[in-house]
Amino acid sequence: MTTTASTFEVTPAAERRPSFARLTLVEARKLVDTRAGRWLLITIGLITAAVVTLQLVYVPDAEQTFVNFFLSSLFPVGLLLPVLGILSITSEWSQRTASTTFALVPRRERVIAAKLAALVVAALASLLASLALAAVGTLVAGATGGAGTWRIEGMLILHAAVFQVANVLLGAGFGLLLLHTPLAIVTYLVLPIAWSIVGGLVRPLHRTAEWLDTGRTMEPLFGTEMTAGQWGRLGVSLLVWLAVPLLAGLVRTMRREVA
Amino acid sequence: MIEVTQLTKRYGRHTAVQDVSFRCEPGTVTGFLGPNGAGKSTTMRMICGLTLPTAGSATVAGRPYRHLPNPGRLVGVLLDASAQHAGRTGREVLTVAAATMGVHRRTVGEALDRVGLDAVAAKRRIRAYSLGMRQRLGLAHALLGDPRVLILDEPANGLDPEGIFWMRGLLRDFADRGGTVLLSSHLLREVEAVADRLVVIGGGRIVAQGDKDELLAGGGTLARARDRAALRGALERAGLPVSDGAEGLLVPADSEAVGLAAAAAGIALTELRPAGAGGLEQLFLTLTAEADAPRPAETVDQPAGTGAAARPTEEAAR
Repeated sequence: MTTTASTFEVTPAAERRPSFARLTLVEARKLVDTRAGRWLLITIGLITAAVVTLQLVYVPDAEQTFVNFFLSSLFPVGLLLPVLGILSITSEWSQRTASTTFALVPRRERVIAAKLAALVVAALASLLASLALAAVGTLVAGATGGAGTWRIEGMLILHAAVFQVANVLLGAGFGLLLLHTPLAIVTYLVLPIAWSIVGGLVRPLHRTAEWLDTGRTMEPLFGTEMTAGQWGRLGVSLLVWLAVPLLAGLVRTMRREVA
Repeated sequence: MIEVTQLTKRYGRHTAVQDVSFRCEPGTVTGFLGPNGAGKSTTMRMICGLTLPTAGSATVAGRPYRHLPNPGRLVGVLLDASAQHAGRTGREVLTVAAATMGVHRRTVGEALDRVGLDAVAAKRRIRAYSLGMRQRLGLAHALLGDPRVLILDEPANGLDPEGIFWMRGLLRDFADRGGTVLLSSHLLREVEAVADRLVVIGGGRIVAQGDKDELLAGGGTLARARDRAALRGALERAGLPVSDGAEGLLVPADSEAVGLAAAAAGIALTELRPAGAGGLEQLFLTLTAEADAPRPAETVDQPAGTGAAARPTEEAAR
């Protein structure tokens, strides 16, 4: 019975596994080739521009610096990047494209890894957009009487990169674990609120929150210096909210039936 | 090229597919027939590695689907034409697939031409596609990697008669050039025209499989006599299973056995001929009628051989 397999002519192309770079490019393309994805990215860009504009109008001249333009754009972008992360995973299931995707790449973990890689690229690209818009803001500020100071610490850009990459992967983790768009988005948005309410009310949880509430552990990333303790807390919170959902979600995706 | 060995899928206490075995050879079109809910799609998803079987295995070109390095270049799969992102254009869906498989971008246009989707249709989003257009796009998608094997679940759904005719030609041509085709349908007539072999599934089990011609001819013998009850009695005494057909009694045996049994009982036959497609059709109707009710467990075990191993009328008799 197995003899037919050897006599069967299999083209060389069928033996060539698509490279990881190829899969990453495909997943990156899938982030922007739908209206939803494209508008999400455009929105991120528009919000950044709006934040810079608002600063030019309302913030005191002395504070109109490159660093300030840059930092204040991080937060709104950081709020939308998780949504991008969630959508990139959950849309495969809600739009039922998973069966096509996994029929072409049956090693599902490679698809997921490529998605995460594409999301990291997107997060870094958003950082470049933040830098570019901050530069525009600084130029305008310089011309209109603002401080227009260009000085920025390299460390701050690195911290910002960690912040945005963590944000997009947090979303991906929630998406991968829940595999359901609205559920993942709501859970992701409600969780920090729950932390601040419960952590503030229940005294014993107060200390726990310092280690687990990503809203608090990520705060030091907006400064230029972070202590080992702060990195430790950030690491623990990301382990719990990023690494664990990603791994559990990966296991779930590997086993899940694709209808 | 496709080999399915004792595939079984259970969901809790419900058994969707039970001990299904069959083979599809290069150069042939295999029709996978069964009423809705019979286990066709589940079986096909298991072949494509999308559903994990509870037991058994399936291979394509000698390997489990999940072990194929670049399956799109070997197997064209269309399991659900509607399973495409509503917000992508037809061309974009194919471009993404081409990029994944490492197929030249030029083939996208060729694939669209091949299935009759023009430039205007290719630029529209899937949301605006009719089911027929989605099927055409799904076929283009399946053919994109220039595969040797096609696995298509209900590809004729939503196609107009002209489209169905076109698709038959396409599949026939694909098989005649040495390709292997497995296509499912819940309509006997739909696959009859194109299939070389038939695998009939009902209630998760294979109830008949073999060469189409043998199966259709192997529908047994149709016999008629003035005294229908007497003929039935005579045949039953001769150990032949009998079922009621619209035109007469259906017997899963050749005409000689039926004639001899009738003669031995002294009954004059008014008609004696091969039942033709009637047997298979009747089996199919029975399956469809029983689709909702759980089936008895003693259904025939089919060896995954090449010859016809159908016992349609035996099934129909129940």
